[in-house]
Amino acid sequence: MGGSASLLPQEVLSEYQELTFLSKQEILLAYKRFSELLPKEGRENACSARVPKSQILTLPELRANPFQHRICRVFSTSDNRDDSMSFEDFLDMLSVFSDSATLDIKSHYAFRIFDFNDDGILDKKDLKKLVNCLTGQGKESQLSNTEMEQLIKNILEESDIDKDGTINLSEFQHVISRSPDFASSFKIVL
Amino acid sequence: SLLYYGYYSNVTLNDPCAFSPNGSACPLAVPYNMPLAYMFSVGVSFLVTCVLLMYSMSHSFGESYRVGGSVGDLAVRVFCAWDFKVIQRRSVKLQCENICTQLKELLAEQRSRSHSLSLCQCLRHTAVLFLAWALSLGTVLGCVLAVHYFSEHMHAVRQDHQARASGRWQQEAILLVLPLMVSLLNVLMPHLYNLLGMWEKHDSPVAEVYVAIDLILKMVVLGLLCYQWLSRSVICSTEECWETCVGQDLYRFVVMDFIFTLLDTLFGELVWRLILEKRLKRKQRPEFDIARNVLELIYGQTLTWLGVLFAPLLPAVQTLKLLLLFYIKKTSLMQNCQSPSKPWQASHMSTIFITLLCFPFFLGAAVFLSYTIWSVQPSETCGPFQGMETIYISGKTWVQVLEKSNPNITWFTWVHHHLLENAFLLFFVSGILLAVIYFNIQVVRGQWRIIHLLKEQIANEGEDKKFLIQKLHSIYEQKER
Repeated sequence: MGGSASLLPQEVLSEYQELTFLSKQEILLAYKRFSELLPKEGRENACSARVPKSQILTLPELRANPFQHRICRVFSTSDNRDDSMSFEDFLDMLSVFSDSATLDIKSHYAFRIFDFNDDGILDKKDLKKLVNCLTGQGKESQLSNTEMEQLIKNILEESDIDKDGTINLSEFQHVISRSPDFASSFKIVL
Repeated sequence: SLLYYGYYSNVTLNDPCAFSPNGSACPLAVPYNMPLAYMFSVGVSFLVTCVLLMYSMSHSFGESYRVGGSVGDLAVRVFCAWDFKVIQRRSVKLQCENICTQLKELLAEQRSRSHSLSLCQCLRHTAVLFLAWALSLGTVLGCVLAVHYFSEHMHAVRQDHQARASGRWQQEAILLVLPLMVSLLNVLMPHLYNLLGMWEKHDSPVAEVYVAIDLILKMVVLGLLCYQWLSRSVICSTEECWETCVGQDLYRFVVMDFIFTLLDTLFGELVWRLILEKRLKRKQRPEFDIARNVLELIYGQTLTWLGVLFAPLLPAVQTLKLLLLFYIKKTSLMQNCQSPSKPWQASHMSTIFITLLCFPFFLGAAVFLSYTIWSVQPSETCGPFQGMETIYISGKTWVQVLEKSNPNITWFTWVHHHLLENAFLLFFVSGILLAVIYFNIQVVRGQWRIIHLLKEQIANEGEDKKFLIQKLHSIYEQKER
């Protein structure tokens, strides 16, 4: 803790604390874990380095998560779409998944994660991919075609209020607000 | 001993004026009126418990209830299904399987609901439900009668032994048999009901029926025991200090309950897992039944509430017991069990359990306590209320003494006389409470209607938007031509 504290200057630390929902200890722990992902030579300026996606996916919190690729895509700000993450992207991700983030922020990012084709709405294809991610990759544990059709029809019936066949952000947030357990399940702690 | 009612005396301890009866100045010491202290500490602790329970019930109800929330929750379940805190590969796979099973079950349930059942199937379904309830209530009745006759039999055996003046250990052992039997019933019957539930899985009057039956069993057995303690026809009928005897009996019940919960954890979880793995070679571990464990905790807590008046240190025993149970159950859970296959909606179920803790059980204990304080005559020779007609009289005499000694606080006695002893106030307060509840129900109904209207409005606006866009397209195409 003493070693990594000296690597992150105090003003930068307080700036990060202001801009995210994380506490000082959480930011320092994130810094430590992030610099462990870098090769030994690059650890000095971890703040400005970018970690490739394959390295990020070795983190135990993301290793087995079915939404790992979507998480990297949503939080990465790299220009050449290779889903690499800088330290600030990493903090962004941890902030959204932290304990103190508001329900609004969490549902906003959950919507972006579930939007597999990045078009700003959840249509039938997105919902189908979402359900397949949830039920796992094994052949026996996936829903059959008829079951999938029935499920998607029901979801749209319940949540599509303007009846346009897709779910937009407000409709999604309205559905999420009905579940009191969402905030505690949409959480990743290092 | 200190644990029981009989240890406490009815004198005013440390009374400064006891040694100077001639009216001269009393030395500066604080008197401690034992009967009042006893009654007030029990009363105030119950009041504080009541307030805390009400607060926690309303808090969890507020969190889990949503207006307009019964539209159907398939979408909610799908969007909130994934728990991101799960990181082990095996647990992730288990979670995926659980979600798949839940979704398939929900879809199957919906399909069967939408197909209108033929008359034959409907009759069969009703018959199965009726049979399940009849069987379960029959077993409850059987258990209660068994406890009743058994306690009478043990009473006869004990009198027989007393007449023969047999050893103290033998008499103690006889006294332990009834708590042993009641705890055994409490532990075995839920397992039996689980088996019944599994047998009827396909048509399933659901598992909630069996939780309800378990609850009814515990309530009725506790009710029977309370009646026996208060009427003292079978238990403690020969004792002079009957409150100490009842306190001892309750203490035995608490200890037996603890021992049987430990045995149940040992056999139900550890031994069962070993049998499943070694003998039957199945990979599945036993499921941890949250509902059954919560009901056992509620039962133990009710015993403590019932016993507070007769054995004042029983809450300390209960705290120790709960601490030990927590760590033992936690270790056993981590080593031996797997999570339940049905979805566990945490906030919804915790509201239900807090309401259960409050309504039949706490209310029953409060009624038992009030009846004991208001109407039962304490024993003549022991305890802080010796020789009085009822325990409540001591409070009344204190108020009268207060009135006589200090004429400045007549308002207090006036308040006491008019508020606490007047039934009119009770009716008035109940009336206000009912009015508030009715008002809130009407507000919720109004909100339902508004939500419905707003949804219709949004749908209509969507239609308008589509219509206008189509019009725009057709005009544009016409213009192009």
